[in-house]
Amino acid sequence: MDKVELKKLELLAAKIRLDVMELLYHRGYGHLGGSLSLVELMAVLYGKCLHVDPADPQMDDRDMVVLSKGHAGPVWYSALAERGYFPKEWLMTLNDGGTNLPSHPDRTKTPGVDMTTGSLGQGTSAAVGIALGQKMKGQNRYTYLIVGDGELNEGQCWEAFQFIAGKKLNNCIVFIDENKRQLDGYTKDILYPFDYVAKMEAFGFHTQKVKGDDIEAIAAAIEKAQANKDSANCIVLDTIKGQGIKYFEELVSNHSVKFNNEANIKAAEEAIANLKEFIAKEEA
Amino acid sequence: MFKLTEDRKVKGTPLAKVVMQTIADVMDTDEKVVMLEADLGSASSSNIVEKAHPERYVQCGIAEADMVGIAAGLSVKGFKPFIHTFGPFATRRVYDQLYLSGAYAHNTINVYGSDPGFTVGPNGGTHTTWEDVALMRAMPTAVVTDAADAVQLEWIVREFAKMEGIHYVRANRKDVRNVYAPGSTFELGKGNVLTEGKDVLIITAGQLVSDALDAAEQLEAEGISTEVIDMFTIKPIDKELILSEVKGKKAVVAFENHSIIGGLGSAVAEVLAENCIAVPFKRHGCMDQFGQVGTPDWLQKEFKLTAADLIETVKGLLK
Ligand SMILES: Cc1ncc(C[n+]2csc(CCOP(=O)(O)OP(=O)(O)O)c2C)c(N)n1
Repeated sequence: MDKVELKKLELLAAKIRLDVMELLYHRGYGHLGGSLSLVELMAVLYGKCLHVDPADPQMDDRDMVVLSKGHAGPVWYSALAERGYFPKEWLMTLNDGGTNLPSHPDRTKTPGVDMTTGSLGQGTSAAVGIALGQKMKGQNRYTYLIVGDGELNEGQCWEAFQFIAGKKLNNCIVFIDENKRQLDGYTKDILYPFDYVAKMEAFGFHTQKVKGDDIEAIAAAIEKAQANKDSANCIVLDTIKGQGIKYFEELVSNHSVKFNNEANIKAAEEAIANLKEFIAKEEA
Repeated sequence: MFKLTEDRKVKGTPLAKVVMQTIADVMDTDEKVVMLEADLGSASSSNIVEKAHPERYVQCGIAEADMVGIAAGLSVKGFKPFIHTFGPFATRRVYDQLYLSGAYAHNTINVYGSDPGFTVGPNGGTHTTWEDVALMRAMPTAVVTDAADAVQLEWIVREFAKMEGIHYVRANRKDVRNVYAPGSTFELGKGNVLTEGKDVLIITAGQLVSDALDAAEQLEAEGISTEVIDMFTIKPIDKELILSEVKGKKAVVAFENHSIIGGLGSAVAEVLAENCIAVPFKRHGCMDQFGQVGTPDWLQKEFKLTAADLIETVKGLLK
């Protein structure tokens, strides 16, 4: 990736991270940890990879995204707003009665949201159907499926993976957000996950593992996955829950964060100020 | 025997805490009771049980169908499992496992499905259940309850722990207004007449009992004498009570935090119709809609499930 593009994507990631922080801080609570771990992936997808048209979100011949870990809606909404799908003011309406941005993505409410998710596991199979549909229609397009590592507890994920790998559905690129935590704590303490790369390889996926905050590495892995036509493709993102904001990375309970105590409020305000400063500098 | 609380404005202990503390207490003396959780321990307070009895607390991860199957297997080995997850996942998502491995195989599973109907709040439409009662009612042998407050919920959990079979209780995770005085006892399958009245009969359950009592007070003040029944056991429904209390009433309303299809209102309608009772009647609940996101208060208004909405329904029937 050339320097100019990298700078552009870094700036986009900063903007997405700022949006996530501002909207959750404004709301007073929300799924912070699992949103922040996906910021860089969203920046690469919406800043570089996706064949989409925000002015025509229903364009049939487009790439599609399924955020199966639907509770990370805030990071998707932020990326969509930055890409121009809807006004950024919408972000502040998260979870309001009558909003277009419910906590969990809803394809009937939000331009750019291709599938309704929130009941963990279900997005995986829907992504299979979407990718299959793209192939059946002769479209040369991708479906990008994003799953959580806790979400992988659900058997349905493995039913879907079996299909994707067994049928070599190579236009469905699976991202595993390996942020090592779920709701009640560390994934290894809840159901020991073993090695995702080995598991996915055993299923028949061509599997790469990259640092989930490394924009260049994510973009390169996607290119490699697109080039591999011989099998299904999986990219394991080695991420941190709360990624990019040290205080929230280290916060023990960072799945759903409430901004109702001094420490959390201070950390959010600091993060927002720092991100604004970074963005202003980059844009100058 | 139950007694009504002295102050209906006061809220009790958060209901998820009530369930989990009661399970932990029951486990102190009954070593057959076990608790299964699906990665919502901090959200449901089931970590109370984990602390008290770590050896009988089973963290299943985000795998609800697996959790129900594991519970069925533990039942085969003589244990009495309690399970928790959000209402839609505790019923809809695992229905076949509950039905076959549970009920059909004559196993024991006690299910707490949290945040029914409008109480879902910010989790929104994907996490809303307006149909859990309908589903659970259609499962042979299952007992289906909707808890009005903390006192009743504690009693229900203790009662479930003594029984064999599939038992379902739905309740908010948060605190709700008190209806009953501490120490009140109940009988499964028996409704409770909370206020006497001669004009109108309101049959309700769950957290809406408080709203129905508010509505009854206001109707009384306007000269409409209103009886309120807390039908906390929706299955088996208390037929005898419905048939005796409907006598002489000018209108009957079933008021529920659930779809009008298949829930309490349907159960009451079945009793009325099969006994040739012709009375102005309305099912007042969610009108066959999907859930959505918002605060619980906003959602209660949006789905027209407030005391004011109930009053309007009653007056409409009396016209
Ligand atoms: C079927 C289902 N069960 C439970 C939940 C509640 N829930 C929401 S997020 C979550 C933890 C998810 O963990 P993970 O997939 O690792 O997401 P992340 O840590 O990246 O936020 C749980 C249990 C749900 N949304 N759907």
